[in-house]
Amino acid sequence: MFGFYKTTVGKKIVVASTGVVLFLFVLGHMAGNLKAFMGFNAASGRYKLDEYGEFLRTMGHEVMGNYTALWIVRVVLLLCLLLHLITIVQLQYQKQRARPIGYAKREYDCATYAARSMFLGGLLLLIFIVYHLLHLTTGTLHFRGFEEGAVYSNVVTAFNQPLIVAGYLVAMLILSMHLFHGVWSMFQTLGLDTPQRNKLLRTIAAAASVIIGLGFASVPIAVASGFLNLGQG
Amino acid sequence: MKIKLHIWRQKNSSDKGGFVRYEMNDVSPDMSFLEMIDVLNEQLEAKGEEPVGFEHDCREGICGACSMVINGRAHGPQALTTACQLHMRKFKDGEDIWVEPWRARAFPVVKDLIVDRGAFDRIIQAGGYISVRSGSAPEANSILVPKPAADSAMDAASCIGCGACVAACPNGSAMLFTAAKVSHLALLPQGQPERMLRVQKMIEAMDREMFGPCTNYGECQEACPKGISISFISMLNRDYLKSSLVQIKKGAEKVQAQ
Repeated sequence: MFGFYKTTVGKKIVVASTGVVLFLFVLGHMAGNLKAFMGFNAASGRYKLDEYGEFLRTMGHEVMGNYTALWIVRVVLLLCLLLHLITIVQLQYQKQRARPIGYAKREYDCATYAARSMFLGGLLLLIFIVYHLLHLTTGTLHFRGFEEGAVYSNVVTAFNQPLIVAGYLVAMLILSMHLFHGVWSMFQTLGLDTPQRNKLLRTIAAAASVIIGLGFASVPIAVASGFLNLGQG
Repeated sequence: MKIKLHIWRQKNSSDKGGFVRYEMNDVSPDMSFLEMIDVLNEQLEAKGEEPVGFEHDCREGICGACSMVINGRAHGPQALTTACQLHMRKFKDGEDIWVEPWRARAFPVVKDLIVDRGAFDRIIQAGGYISVRSGSAPEANSILVPKPAADSAMDAASCIGCGACVAACPNGSAMLFTAAKVSHLALLPQGQPERMLRVQKMIEAMDREMFGPCTNYGECQEACPKGISISFISMLNRDYLKSSLVQIKKGAEKVQAQ
């Protein structure tokens, strides 16, 4: 069964399928972030974003207790990320090996910058993910009165710092580029591309990268511009 | 017209090689690129120098022998063209032209611009062949082939095995070549019996030759003198995925039978 993983095509299918999981996660994460714009729930006296955070921590608690479902999702995501990364490092090695002597002159007809920077972009995203977890999940690198569970105020205090906003925006640009080529590549590698469907698949990839990039960027921008603030509470 | 050539010269596979500059002052714009090198070689021979080694055969764009990267593009700047069908009018007067061999570990340089494309032959052989006489061709209408399948198979079969896809790929991948060879059989009824086995064997052979992995840049499709679409790579991926599932299922059945 693991003979499948030995070939380059098998490895690419692993990268694409873990990519699907990671893509669905960023899509869901982006949509969840938009809860920040839904403001304050007067009935419960809490921000809607905080309630959403609590929902994520307690989902499935009727069956398996708090945090269990959340940790299952986290472990699955971590495994996908590791598999995605390890496989790509192996493929990158095979790529380097395939052309020991390069060209003196090299022109590209259609290989986009996004496509050519997938490996570097991916590594930068990995660094960002580690930082982001320490910043807004554990609060270790928050430094502005991080409070477990107070998602909305943590976000607002975090993004009141222009340098951090700039850093996040750069990271989202890199993510957008990664998805621009990654999503299309995912369709192609999983064998879904046909001449009739090619344009549609490329459009979906471009649209997904723009929507996810802008969706993520909207929260730090809204905080930095003062549109989202702690006044409502 | 005048041109300044920078041609990769390499005595043999163990020589390090390097670019040599040649100035040509009387090039006709109507010459093909290979005819221009012919003229250069006549001049070199007249001076008692070693002529530039390059591969060529049909000179009408169907044999795929004239492998060379011209100014950073496989077979030069014109789309859907091999180097023999490229004319000097596509270049500017006084232009610097860089000519290099295909660069891939699987295509070792034999001499100057000549590379050994035997790796492609071994991929094709891995797909299976028959070495005894199998009788005369059967009646053409005895196996019906839907027109769209025949057309698509013909698109894939138009591959001339020139290696431009590998040369143009930033990863040095042979996926477009392998996809074309797998697909032209996979699309036809005659190719069905060994379809699942063939895709596995040809991909294994491709990896054995140490071609790089495909990352869907699409450069191969632009470089292909026959315009073969990367949708065939998608088809190859699909067949590979299917055949792997078939193998896993068969493996499970074996375990159950025991």
